[in-house]
Amino acid sequence: MDATYQWLAGFAQSAGLLYFVGMFLVVCVYAFWPRNRARFERAALTPLQED
Amino acid sequence: MAATGNPIRRATTGEMVGILIAAICSVMFLIIAGKTEHSGYAFHALVAMLSAFATIFLIGNRCFQPGPFPAPQEINGKPNYNMGPVKFATIAAMFWGIAGFTVGLIIALQLAFPVLNLDLPWTSFGRMRPLHTSAVIFAFGGNVLLATSFYVVQRTSRARLAGDLSPWFVVLGYNLFIVIAGTGYLLGITQGKEYAEPEWYADLWLTIVWVTYLLVFLATLGKRTEPHIYVANWFYLGFIVTIAVLHLGNNLAVPVSLLSPKSYIVWSGVQDAMFQWWYGHNAVGFFLTAGFLAIMYYFVPKRAGRPIYSYRLSIIHFWALIFLYIWAGPHHLHYTALPDWAQTLGMTFSIMLWMPSWGGMINGLMTLSGAWDKLRTDPVLRMMVVSLAFYGMSTFEGPLMSIKTVNALSHYTDWTIGHVHSGALGWVAYISFGAIYCLVPWLWNRKELYSLKLVNWHFWISTLGIVFYITAMWVSGILQGLMWRSYTALGFLEYSFIETVEAMHPFYVIRALGGALFLIGALIMVFNLWMTVRSGELAGSESDTSVSPQLSLAH
Repeated sequence: MDATYQWLAGFAQSAGLLYFVGMFLVVCVYAFWPRNRARFERAALTPLQED
Repeated sequence: MAATGNPIRRATTGEMVGILIAAICSVMFLIIAGKTEHSGYAFHALVAMLSAFATIFLIGNRCFQPGPFPAPQEINGKPNYNMGPVKFATIAAMFWGIAGFTVGLIIALQLAFPVLNLDLPWTSFGRMRPLHTSAVIFAFGGNVLLATSFYVVQRTSRARLAGDLSPWFVVLGYNLFIVIAGTGYLLGITQGKEYAEPEWYADLWLTIVWVTYLLVFLATLGKRTEPHIYVANWFYLGFIVTIAVLHLGNNLAVPVSLLSPKSYIVWSGVQDAMFQWWYGHNAVGFFLTAGFLAIMYYFVPKRAGRPIYSYRLSIIHFWALIFLYIWAGPHHLHYTALPDWAQTLGMTFSIMLWMPSWGGMINGLMTLSGAWDKLRTDPVLRMMVVSLAFYGMSTFEGPLMSIKTVNALSHYTDWTIGHVHSGALGWVAYISFGAIYCLVPWLWNRKELYSLKLVNWHFWISTLGIVFYITAMWVSGILQGLMWRSYTALGFLEYSFIETVEAMHPFYVIRALGGALFLIGALIMVFNLWMTVRSGELAGSESDTSVSPQLSLAH
């Protein structure tokens, strides 16, 4: 039981690090991908262009 | 009564089903009220029965309403927004806000002058305190979130709110939950989990309401005519989904019987503590932060007349915030039976949270770049900008307090209370006030607020109140923490507990003064909004199309 706990805690700690760094990189790439620029600039105007 | 023609129409299938369910439930509630031996529970069953009767009446009454049915999706090529539920939630928010601030003031005075507990169980601090926290967080904050989310999702999707009865079910059902929860605390019904005090039956009801809320929100997004889902909707969605998950996880309780309000949670020991603070901290992170950041992302650009400073930053802000916040809960359990690595993990994630928090704050503040002069002339915008400053301050203070060595001093002291209120009063309430000051003229088709001067008064009086509140709690909390840990040369504790309580008395009085000022500010706001609706100048039909012909709930 104790070994399982140790293994699980160790896995959560190391795999979690990779998972989060990976997710963060994916989000950054998505946000800064040059082709998305026009889309985001248009989206930013959404609240101002109602009516 | 019928004037010309026959306005009576056949009920839709949805309306028939609604009436049928309400009728069956009302009988069930009557049986529960008659058979239970718990008077408070019987009272709640009767409240539920009356609500079921009201439901039958309200649904049935719709069939006698004149006008086209079902409400058209568009009028003259423009979306026919459904603002009735938004109006209701806005009014409810102000009502519960005043109630919650008042109870807060009473319990602040109770701490300074214990005689105000009145020696009655119903008015004792232990029952009034959850009433205060739930009234301000879930009743005031919750209604602000319902109102603004239903408003923003419609406007930014350019589509009418999905559903016919369901938006009303969400708004009214949520407020019924508030009534059941609040009266329950006063009657002594609680499951003893901080910020999750309502018992199993109230939790069950909230689950139904919340899932409907999620479905209405998603279905409205599904109807959108805009290609992109605006970032504010992402934050609202993050808030709705996460609160559903938290609520279910932390309230997995087995009731003793259908005739008893008492239940037992399936988690035990330190797991229960971890679940509780996973829930508790994310109530802060997703209810009080993500939801209100959604308000920021819509109302600040709207009021400033400029797009958000960086849309790309808002995307990174969103994903970083939701991925980090969910892990921060263990910082509530430092130096407890929780495994050490979990405590460290909670602390680490809390410190990392500083980055998305400040990223979001900077994004909001910099939206004003090039329009800072508006802060001088527009007190509503100023309120929202100051709320962002408070957000930045409390999200700096929070990570600091989550560091174990700092927490050793701050935990269980008034410093925590001060921190919570710099976030709750400075950030959550101020961004809400700002949003409501914007919303009321839009919803009731008024040109502008009754008086910007009164907004100014509200701003300065309540800002003074917040400053009194948080500085008093800093001094009191650090004083308390230092007194607890001071030893004599012989290794004995230097102060008895009652001596620390006595030392804090002056700061308790100052805190109550701060709360009184905050309440006065809010009352000025209610007067201002009331006068805006009562006597404000109608907006021209050309200049403001936020109001469509179908908006006719209150007038």
